[in-house]
Amino acid sequence: MLKLVLNRFGLGILTLFAASALIFIGTEILPGDLASAILQNTATPETLAKMRLDLGLDQPAYVRFFQWLFAALHGDFGKSLANGRDVLQEIAPRFANTMFLAAYAAIVAVPLAIGLGLLAAIWQGGIFDRLVNVVTLMTISVPEYFLAYLLIKYVAVELGWFPSLASVSSDTPFLERLYDTFLPMLTLVLVIVAHMMRMTRASVLSVMASPYIEMAILKGLRKSRIVVRHALPNALAPIISVVALNLAYLIVGVVVVETVFVYPGLGQLMVDEVSKHDVPVVQACGLIFAATFILLNMIADILAILSNPRLRQPR
Amino acid sequence: MSEQTLTRDDPIVLDIRGMRVAVRTDAGDGPVLVDDVSLQLRRGEVIGLIGESGAGKSTIGLASMGYTRRDCHIVGGNIIFGDTDIRAISPNERRELRGPKIAYIAQSAAASFNPAHTLMEQVCEAAVRHSVLSSAEARTEAVSLFKQLDLPSPETIGSRYPHQVSGGQLQRVMAAMAMVAKPDILIFDEPTTALDVTTQVECLAAFRKLIREHGTAALYITHDLAVVAQIADRIMVLRRGKMVEFGDSRQILLEPKEEYTRRLVSERVAGRAFVDGNIAVPIPILAIDHVSADYPGKPKVVDDVSIEVRKGDTVAVVGESGSGKSTLARVVTGLLPRVAGDVRFNGASLSPRLKDRTKDQLRRVQMIYQMPDVALNPQHTLLETIGRPVAFYFNRSRREVRARTAELLRQMDLPESFITRKTSELSGGQKQRVSIARALAAEPDLIICDEVTSALDQLVGEEILRLLKKLQDDLGVAYLFITHDLGTVKRIANKVAVMLKGKIVASGDTATVFSPPYHPYTELLLSSVPEMRPDWLDEVLAARATGAARTSALLRAP
Amino acid sequence: MRIRGYKVSVIAQIGIVIVVVNLLVALLAPLIAPFDQATPVGDAWAEPDAQHWLGLDNLGRDIVSRLIYGARMSIGLALVITALSFLIGVITGFAAAVTGGWVDQALSRIVDLLLSMPTLIFAFVILSVLGTALPVLIITIAILDSTKVFRLARSVAVNIVSLEFVEAARLRGEGWWWIVTREVLPNAIPPLTAEFGLRFCFTFLFIAALSFLGLGVQPPDADWGSMVKDYRDMINFGSAAPLYPAAAIAILTIGVNFIVDWMLSIHSRGQGEGA
Repeated sequence: MLKLVLNRFGLGILTLFAASALIFIGTEILPGDLASAILQNTATPETLAKMRLDLGLDQPAYVRFFQWLFAALHGDFGKSLANGRDVLQEIAPRFANTMFLAAYAAIVAVPLAIGLGLLAAIWQGGIFDRLVNVVTLMTISVPEYFLAYLLIKYVAVELGWFPSLASVSSDTPFLERLYDTFLPMLTLVLVIVAHMMRMTRASVLSVMASPYIEMAILKGLRKSRIVVRHALPNALAPIISVVALNLAYLIVGVVVVETVFVYPGLGQLMVDEVSKHDVPVVQACGLIFAATFILLNMIADILAILSNPRLRQPR
Repeated sequence: MSEQTLTRDDPIVLDIRGMRVAVRTDAGDGPVLVDDVSLQLRRGEVIGLIGESGAGKSTIGLASMGYTRRDCHIVGGNIIFGDTDIRAISPNERRELRGPKIAYIAQSAAASFNPAHTLMEQVCEAAVRHSVLSSAEARTEAVSLFKQLDLPSPETIGSRYPHQVSGGQLQRVMAAMAMVAKPDILIFDEPTTALDVTTQVECLAAFRKLIREHGTAALYITHDLAVVAQIADRIMVLRRGKMVEFGDSRQILLEPKEEYTRRLVSERVAGRAFVDGNIAVPIPILAIDHVSADYPGKPKVVDDVSIEVRKGDTVAVVGESGSGKSTLARVVTGLLPRVAGDVRFNGASLSPRLKDRTKDQLRRVQMIYQMPDVALNPQHTLLETIGRPVAFYFNRSRREVRARTAELLRQMDLPESFITRKTSELSGGQKQRVSIARALAAEPDLIICDEVTSALDQLVGEEILRLLKKLQDDLGVAYLFITHDLGTVKRIANKVAVMLKGKIVASGDTATVFSPPYHPYTELLLSSVPEMRPDWLDEVLAARATGAARTSALLRAP
Repeated sequence: MRIRGYKVSVIAQIGIVIVVVNLLVALLAPLIAPFDQATPVGDAWAEPDAQHWLGLDNLGRDIVSRLIYGARMSIGLALVITALSFLIGVITGFAAAVTGGWVDQALSRIVDLLLSMPTLIFAFVILSVLGTALPVLIITIAILDSTKVFRLARSVAVNIVSLEFVEAARLRGEGWWWIVTREVLPNAIPPLTAEFGLRFCFTFLFIAALSFLGLGVQPPDADWGSMVKDYRDMINFGSAAPLYPAAAIAILTIGVNFIVDWMLSIHSRGQGEGA
């Protein structure tokens, strides 16, 4: 089993490498190049040539790639083209904000989703189950901005309970932060709770259809014991997978939510900088997002391996 | 047969009166699965429930515990347990009966154990949760039961996980699991059906010993009359949910009253006549010459095997699971390339790989599979299924294909109107006939039959065998018949090869191989097939006790 | 209501109605829309009245008409992309399953790699660089999405290929093409259809999200996603304008999901209970 885990870990590293390569390739095929983008109108053939030399653009692509990667691993992402500031300094506070929002949403969503999913499985077929099924089916179908604007219009504008723009800064006190980011958190939660709850329910029900569950029923065990002692351990692997996958999705969904609520996170930065062709920033954002996503996926797979009862005891 | 004398005074532990179980869904009422079945089970008695699939025997067993499968409901009758009517009490009270009063032993042990917990946890669970025994008492009782059931390492086997233990052992652990809470009634639901013949004997003996020592009453459900004869005091014959006959074991076996019962009994007994051999024809159709084959990571799955099949022969290849018989078929057809030896068809060598063979070579050797449900494409009609080989090999026009398909359906005793039906609409027996028709459509010289009757009911399987024999007489086609069932071999094959762990241990004319002097493994196999005599099990156990060392050596040899 | 003997749930019926209405609107857009989608017909942000049921937008264009034409763009684009991704995914998936061996291994590894990367980020990066002309959009997203179709198609095909009737066809000497189209495909239709529905939803939402973020469909073409983007500031003044296109997106997705959910539930079984 250790071998499987190491395997998966190695695959994760490989994927990260491939992702960074793709990001680099994607951003370096620019119409026009970095030098002219920096110099803009002041470019003359001589200044362009000198700039290219300075930036190392005369070197072949793969050399530049490794230089970039190497620097990135040390935290040096270069300088922003828009305002000349160090990219890392630009990104760091944004990244912290995004992580805060993601963590806020995750902490609320995960226990809620698993609890609801278990209940729906135990009371399968009942009113609760059917209601929850329809509601979550709807919530997972809709785009995040729909939920977001719905919340903004009715909860923020009409009822005035929460602010419609989540503008926080680095010195906003903790509780006020929780308050300001409540609506974006709620939006994210609504989407991922639905996914995770449905998968929890489906996993538990699928396990409940196993023959050893019938045996447990025939031994006269209580339903609660059957679900918790017999079904859950075997449903754990897929549930953990889904939770981790949803957390990974969170990283992506956060981009849209940040845009709607104008929240100063990494996602919003990326969206803004893309239109400005600010390549170093876009590269850095892309890399960080991709890394987090890949990392979470990898953890999901490794946890799934670890929680599989058959793999824990060798033959 | 039970050694205890059953008196009319033994208390009745289970009284079933007019049980009716039917299917009911949102769409309405469905078929009746159990129709007016009654029986009275006394303490210490074993009643065998016997019937083919769909007879309702499992349903009766489960319903006796107050449990029905999805969409099924108990719609009539009384099920009186002690002095409680199971139908009249609440679901919670019913739940409390299960385990301490009435316990279930399922067909598949592997499916009945939770892979996430140790065996001991699950064995003790019912007794502990129902507060019959404390955790420590349950463990002691479990180990004692393991010893009674002749399980290896009884002190430590409990700490293993289900996938670490063999099938036969797991089945016995399941019996222990049922017995720990000391129930009054045990329901055995086809517990040995999925096991090899040789393992079956050990389990049967273990179960019988268990029941006798504890004086438990039992319902023993099986489709195999010979098995039930060894363990039941009375036998109830069921067909499509109804009782056909119910009486003393000896009477049912030796003097059956009903027509259906007689058919069941005689089919098993009939497997006595050896098939006459044919005159030898110079060149064998199929010559398997010192063939060996490996799977990646598993060497010598087929080890130096030589078999010859001549025109008009039926050569049976018999062995238990893991013997390599099915793998041999794959080597012959080229699905698995051989690593050594030669396979010759009519003298010409066949290349090891399927894709290197000519269309004509492929045409002449056809195969029929065990599971009719997956051997045919459920989305294809009978015309497509049977017609394709005709079109593919012989390039016939559409009209000719249709005509030939209709002709083949007639030969199979299937209505011509079925030609436009999809194969998924047919029954198991009918599907198997379509499989045969498909093979014949290619006009082959040799047909490989891979366990073709193993998945069918006994009577349906008999019909298929008769059909195959008739086709052989009419068309002169040869069969390579792979099976684990010795009765079938005796009925249909004139030559037989016995396989054990990849090697052939005995081969030749059926009459010769199955008459003494035997190879020790052949003897073991032959003696493991339950016979319809109630004293058979005792005889076998006595004989085994003396030859025990030899038997285990044989089965464990590399 | 029954389809092929299966009872259609109420939820699924609602879904069917929604999908049919949307398809009709998309097809018949020029015939139904009261006004042109790009021509201003009044003052910006005029209130809804009898002629303009949802009022006018930021450039004085009729919102209802824009929604109708937007349906065409959004749904049409999503359908084209899904069809393309499906074609790529199914062919490669089936090929991998039927051929097995190193072809299967190689394709699966590549797909696994692509699948473990966040699609939105990738699309972002690629589109920000290559520009957002429609053909670029279509091909990029189709290729990225085809990886998911590959996974499903391959898994479905692998299950079917393990059944004996496929082996029987191989033994007959049937070629690769016959096995894929005549043996595997007819049995793969139910799960593939459900997957098509799911992929459509995903693509549809994805395009809308990209448009919302400014990287999808560009003006003067209108799709629902970019409409949400254009109207977003109005929410702070009490107007529900961005909700209209967002709701349209939501309703169609819900409709398709209702149908897909029903299709998937037909193939699941449960456990028995007490008498």
